[in-house]
Amino acid sequence: MANRFRLAIFAAVALTLAAVSFAQNLPWNNPGRAQNPNQQGGAAGPAPRRDLTGIWDAGGEGIGARGYPTSPLTPWGEEVSKTHKAGDGSRMVPVAEINDPLSIMADPAGFPRILLFELRPFQVVHTPNSVLMLYMFEKRWRVIWTDGRQLPKDPDPRWYGYSVGRWEDNYTFVVETVGMDERTWLDNSGNPHSHHLRVEERYHRVNQNTLELTVTIDDSKAYTKPWVPRNKLPLRLLPSGTDLMEMIPSASEAAAYRKVVAEPSR
Amino acid sequence: MKKTVFAVLLATAAVLMTLAPLVAHHGAESFDTEKEITLKGTVTEWIWANPHCFLKFDAMDDTGTVRNWAVETQNPTDISVRGWRRTSFKAGDQVTVTLQPVKNGAPVGRLRKVVLANGETLGTTLPGAAPAPAQQPGR
Repeated sequence: MANRFRLAIFAAVALTLAAVSFAQNLPWNNPGRAQNPNQQGGAAGPAPRRDLTGIWDAGGEGIGARGYPTSPLTPWGEEVSKTHKAGDGSRMVPVAEINDPLSIMADPAGFPRILLFELRPFQVVHTPNSVLMLYMFEKRWRVIWTDGRQLPKDPDPRWYGYSVGRWEDNYTFVVETVGMDERTWLDNSGNPHSHHLRVEERYHRVNQNTLELTVTIDDSKAYTKPWVPRNKLPLRLLPSGTDLMEMIPSASEAAAYRKVVAEPSR
Repeated sequence: MKKTVFAVLLATAAVLMTLAPLVAHHGAESFDTEKEITLKGTVTEWIWANPHCFLKFDAMDDTGTVRNWAVETQNPTDISVRGWRRTSFKAGDQVTVTLQPVKNGAPVGRLRKVVLANGETLGTTLPGAAPAPAQQPGR
């Protein structure tokens, strides 16, 4: 029986690796979804100092962010959340009734939703005065200024806000973001936010091949206290030659979905 | 031997279920997740799109009426890992489709697997795995 069990485990692992290895070796249109901690095929070296360069992938954990607890909503947050008819989570409604701006209208995911839902692989690029984050999902980018400027005091809202970053130590990069557009949802379950939202991202380089992401939501208008939807989420370094698929929600494709699937299901 | 094969499949499914959760932008509320039906039909259109690909096909129901079904599956990124391609189907292909229908009786559903005319099976889990569980609410 023990031999049979060992054989079963061995075969399961072999099948799994066979299933995912082809995706990791594609020269074009790689879907990402890193399934093991080391995508490089060798031992992870030490973390380089003050460097996040590379293509990072949280695998399946990045996509869904299932089950994180939010802090309690304020009365304002409750009122707003009642208007959000989501495709998943506690506010889930039939597909024809969903009013998720991303999946129904193909509005931008916005920030920080791009970290809390569909966090697909993203590339980090350092420039002399900024860090660029280039996301596979939506093919969006963010500019995180590292030139010492202060965040704006009363900014016009933007889908992806205004970001500044600093090195807390040689291996931890901290990003603060404000000025997000209230039309965006935080995630696929329709958790709301206000224009008071302030987001902290902490990227901690554990070693050459691993980064940990922690996200803190601080929005006193919508939530009674700050909360942490991503806590040390492991990100794996993909090979530098990884060519990623496009994964762009388009308005025409969203409209086709509504017409072919959503409306007939009423 | 049968027990060993079963154990392999079970263990594979367990491993893969932890690695490849089913995630949908649109949830499962409209679908009868307790019901699966299998239909033989002819492909009329294969739409490779975000956030869901969908397959349209003609199939005859129990009364002899041909209905054009539209069944959604996952996005190109996730199903490409499972062996699906933009070129997986063309109009006129004969297919056997297992799906979860919507609750209102319309010819719309969520695809679970397709068997092509050549015997190849395309499913919603990684190759070699057992069928994935239904979408779980709770995000």
